[in-house]
Amino acid sequence: MYDKLIFELSQQGRVGYSLPASDLSAEIALDADLLRQNEALLPEVTELDVVRHYTNLSKKNYGVDEGFYPLGSCTMKYNPKINEEIASNPLFTKLHPLQPAETVQGALEIYYETSRMLSSLTGFSEFSFCPFAGAHGEATGLMIMREYHLRNNDFQRRKVIVPDSAHGTNPASASVCGMEIIEVESTKDGTVDLEKLKALLNEEVAGMMLTNPNTIGIFEKDILEIAQLLHQNGSLLYYDGANLNALLGVSRPADMGFDIMHINLHKTFSTPHGGGGPGSGPVGVTEKLKDLLPNPRVRKENNRYYLETSPNSIGNVSGFYGNFLVVVKAYTYLLTLGKENVAKVAYYAVLNANYIKEKLKDDYKLPITGLCKHEVVFDGLRSEKATTLDVAKRLLDYGYHPPTIYFPLLFHQSMMIEPTENESKETLDDFIEIMKTIAREAEENPEILHTAPHKTIVRRLDEVKAARNPIVKYRDCL
Amino acid sequence: MSKVLENLLYAKSHEWCRMEGDVAVIGISDYAQDSLGSIVYVDAGDVGNQISQFEEFGAVESVKAASDLIAPVSGEIIAINQDVLDNPELLNSDCYENWILKVRVESKEELTKLLDAQSYRETLE
Amino acid sequence: MFKYFPHTNTDVKEMLEATGAKSLDDLFRDLPEAVKYQGDLDLPEALSEIEIRQKIGELALRNQNLISFRGAGSYDVYTPSVISALTSRQEFLTSYTPYQPEIAQGTLQYIFEFQSMICELTGMDVANASVYDGATATMEAMFMAISQTRRNKVLVSGALNPRVLNVLKTYARFRNVELVILEADDYHTSLASVKAKLDTDVAALIVQNPNYFGVVERMDEIANLIHENKSLLIMNVDPSTLSVLKTPGEIGADIACGDAQTLGIPLNFGGPYVGFMATTEKLLRKLPGRIVGMTNDVDGKRGYVLTLQAREQHIRREKANSNICSNQSLMALHTVIYMSLMGKQGMTEVARRAYNNAHYLYNKLLQTGLFLKVTDQPFFKEFVLKTYLNIEAMNKYMLEKGILSGLNLEKDNPQEEQEILFCATEMRSKAEIDNFVQMVEAFHVR
Repeated sequence: MYDKLIFELSQQGRVGYSLPASDLSAEIALDADLLRQNEALLPEVTELDVVRHYTNLSKKNYGVDEGFYPLGSCTMKYNPKINEEIASNPLFTKLHPLQPAETVQGALEIYYETSRMLSSLTGFSEFSFCPFAGAHGEATGLMIMREYHLRNNDFQRRKVIVPDSAHGTNPASASVCGMEIIEVESTKDGTVDLEKLKALLNEEVAGMMLTNPNTIGIFEKDILEIAQLLHQNGSLLYYDGANLNALLGVSRPADMGFDIMHINLHKTFSTPHGGGGPGSGPVGVTEKLKDLLPNPRVRKENNRYYLETSPNSIGNVSGFYGNFLVVVKAYTYLLTLGKENVAKVAYYAVLNANYIKEKLKDDYKLPITGLCKHEVVFDGLRSEKATTLDVAKRLLDYGYHPPTIYFPLLFHQSMMIEPTENESKETLDDFIEIMKTIAREAEENPEILHTAPHKTIVRRLDEVKAARNPIVKYRDCL
Repeated sequence: MSKVLENLLYAKSHEWCRMEGDVAVIGISDYAQDSLGSIVYVDAGDVGNQISQFEEFGAVESVKAASDLIAPVSGEIIAINQDVLDNPELLNSDCYENWILKVRVESKEELTKLLDAQSYRETLE
Repeated sequence: MFKYFPHTNTDVKEMLEATGAKSLDDLFRDLPEAVKYQGDLDLPEALSEIEIRQKIGELALRNQNLISFRGAGSYDVYTPSVISALTSRQEFLTSYTPYQPEIAQGTLQYIFEFQSMICELTGMDVANASVYDGATATMEAMFMAISQTRRNKVLVSGALNPRVLNVLKTYARFRNVELVILEADDYHTSLASVKAKLDTDVAALIVQNPNYFGVVERMDEIANLIHENKSLLIMNVDPSTLSVLKTPGEIGADIACGDAQTLGIPLNFGGPYVGFMATTEKLLRKLPGRIVGMTNDVDGKRGYVLTLQAREQHIRREKANSNICSNQSLMALHTVIYMSLMGKQGMTEVARRAYNNAHYLYNKLLQTGLFLKVTDQPFFKEFVLKTYLNIEAMNKYMLEKGILSGLNLEKDNPQEEQEILFCATEMRSKAEIDNFVQMVEAFHVR
């Protein structure tokens, strides 16, 4: 029963809803050629059917509330429940976005204050919460970069430099804005090669996109020089905020010379991932770029907040103002942490990552041996008796979510582990123990890894079949 | 070790090409199919399309990657192998036997810009 | 000690020893001194839960909940109680993207169900796992069409929601796409207006249905014209109307997109909502975003995986059509639960009520003699009326009564009449509508 699709539970005539009695419920009087001819195959189930179905479905998932999620680059920190409670207030959820400003002062204040606090943490001047996710924030940030140059009549500046270790979203985001990516090589210690970078700079370069620490968890120590080189070239520097958890309160991207950044509220600021959204990817800029922020901006004058639409902006990147409730959660988180605790997040995150690095380096290849920041990258088993995929699948048998695998692309058997600041030493020790056990299993009985997982409700799935003959809706099965 | 057939011409982008009169028969090399993994989809455009040497005209997709098809020669597509479109895994089982498309070539001079088997083999090292 | 940080002094000491670092500060020795922040963060000191509830509670009181007669892209819809009980389950709320399918069958299956239901409502062949919102969905559809046809011009109905249009304009500008906005004659998209601008450079026509003015568009002839021109038809639709209205599939649209906020998602001050995209078999591989497919595991058991990922940005990099990484998964779940609860019967019932409430409101407003018809075009749950009343003043008056009146369309109008866009969803009772109309009359006589 509980392995069925909701459609398969359907029985004709069942209902799962009730509406008030109404006099205004006649047939719709539109012309026949405007009406639907074929019936929609929607379920007919009771309320209990729905509750049982989705409750049972939920048990086939794994959330942060139940266990460690060492996903590198995702910052799977604890999602505080006070955030959820606050965000469920009807005085937030029942606000129409087109209500006049005087009836939504509380909502606008949350946007304004969160922007102010994030600005203080990052050194930027203002944030826009219109982008819905990190990738969206990135595209928005790059639009600001391009627009800046267009306003200066620098029409030829269409190239954006990224390190060869960059995340796949970066080139895609650049082409969304009509720009082109050029890669700069890394040195063997994984950081940007300054000489190679200098060779790429010319008047076609709009800017550079970097994350710091970089995608392999190493701090770009030459960042001030990189910023200077870019600025001298008339270019801008964009900060991918995916790794902000390593620096919170310790160092500010704007102080390093960045001009634009995006933050992932669902990473650094504890809002829940929701299985893949809704998140929020606010964009922050320095003073000189503020006018370019997407429309509308939240302004404050004489203690009143209002929304401003300006012709100087790059335009709109969302239908309304972004994911408001997600911002409410981040706002609540910031108030809960307060300035004294926000400054400690990075310390504990970095301590945790380095601890795991030391404890696992005997069993897993460590390509970068120096100090890491909030995440550590291994390049597969030292013994090479099984692939990173095998290790990941075997971890599932032990009840753990695997780390990020096969990213960064720089190493063939990458596994990236990010233990956030919420994880205790006991949790880490337990994880380390399991990882060491798996490494031993790889030596003694590699087959058990190759065929893992064994204990999950489904085992390895045929992804080739899914791609060759896509079945993407229920009707395809009928 | 990647299989490289002697009697074919190759592009650096891993397409192979064999002439039958003024028609070029085109496919992807062993290196390409091996790198991609299980191929799930092939898009070679339509019969009648014009393709230009060294320009992208289609794509080959596997579960984990997508790779552009780059034209080794210019001309008009006169045939596309329906078997390969219906069963993309044929490219994994025998990428030299299973051609993807046939093109009527305009300028045989373009062929001089392609690599012979030995030169292509060298690019793989 | 802070409740989210487990590290005791003993923990820190032991862990530092293991890492060889001398102190927590020493862990940042790889940072140049010049970038280390020495200032004073402009954040308040930590607040306890008791204080947070107080502070934010007060702040929330500076917001006002209103009885809504305004739509224009965001609708006051019924949200069944079951939804939040299920979506707040930690397995749904706190889980990550389903990249390890063996422990994410919950997420993958509900997305499969979402895709299925969106296809049923829109009449299309395939749908993705959702995108950010209706406006960005329409933008993504636009780029799909451009990529598919290799043409660079897009026609846009003059009756498209202006906020959606703004997003199209922003993205089009950066990619040098030419947008041509058609004249909205008589509050709808006329065949003549399309004919006037259609040429072989046109990749697609974008039409909203019901449109921004609430009018139900007649699409059959337009669809034929567009296809004869080898262009694509993109329809931005409201899924809550699709149990009743002719579907994009039946019309022959190539891409259906829009916002599924009307499937039980609260107003949320504009977000989170959820965008959806559905298309034909032919365009499947041009569809951005995530797609879930059904398959089997090694034991032959049915399961679900993310599929067709080679299209996605993280593999195709700069060749991808879009850079979208995530979807709005939890909001998609919200709508799946809604559609399951409402089912075939409920979806039709809700649509019918919205239609009837709006028509009742329309007639009552006209009966007051204070409003004038602007068109005879058929409408669904929103409509435009002209009035000599001072709209700003009336709307302000309504706020004091706890009512959010229709949207002042502020159209350039040589005459003195102004236009106002009203909406009535299934949430409005007859009593509320009667009361609203009484308030309008009261405003007029004061």
